[in-house]
Amino acid sequence: MAVTDEIGERLRVAFAPRDLSVVDESERHRGHAGWRDGGETHFRVTIRAEAFAPMSRLQRHRAVHAALGSDLIGRIHALALEIEG
Amino acid sequence: MTATTAQDQIRETIEKNDVVLYMKGTKAMPQCGFSSRVAGVLNYMGVEFVDVNVLADADIRQGIKDFSDWPTIPQLYVKGEFVGGCDIVTEMTLSGELDQLFETKGVTFDKAAADKIRAANA
Repeated sequence: MAVTDEIGERLRVAFAPRDLSVVDESERHRGHAGWRDGGETHFRVTIRAEAFAPMSRLQRHRAVHAALGSDLIGRIHALALEIEG
Repeated sequence: MTATTAQDQIRETIEKNDVVLYMKGTKAMPQCGFSSRVAGVLNYMGVEFVDVNVLADADIRQGIKDFSDWPTIPQLYVKGEFVGGCDIVTEMTLSGELDQLFETKGVTFDKAAADKIRAANA
């Protein structure tokens, strides 16, 4: 499964978001540190879910990190997160 | 033993310095866009901070991730407290929360410069 789909699936299962976008921005980072041929290194996630409403910024990010898992996060180079409750 | 040393070293660094940025590269020469952005904000706001280049020390690079329970770099600490990474610092800069944090913690910064960043990104 492509990493983009994997990220999307894990977040959907964990948070049932009303809004979710996972964008592979690797091409924009071509040649930068961490970039590799074939992409799937730099991602931007925008997610809106009720579950985040009571959480602080740090808690929101930690919840997303936990849902993705250290194995998946370890495989990518960069993850930009925009999280709303 | 190495892991303990890294944890001790990190604890000491964030206790002894008001503002510490764990980053890839240095504030003068960042090696990553995300690190560069946070260092740039702090520089622009005239905040005095210590930069720790995680690329120069593999133990610290892994150690800070374990210490903060946070998988990515950069990581900003203010008065020993973990603030967040690039996304959180950016959001807090634009919302004014970073100003509030610095004010609460007694960290000197240039309010006018912070307002300029917000005006430019409005």
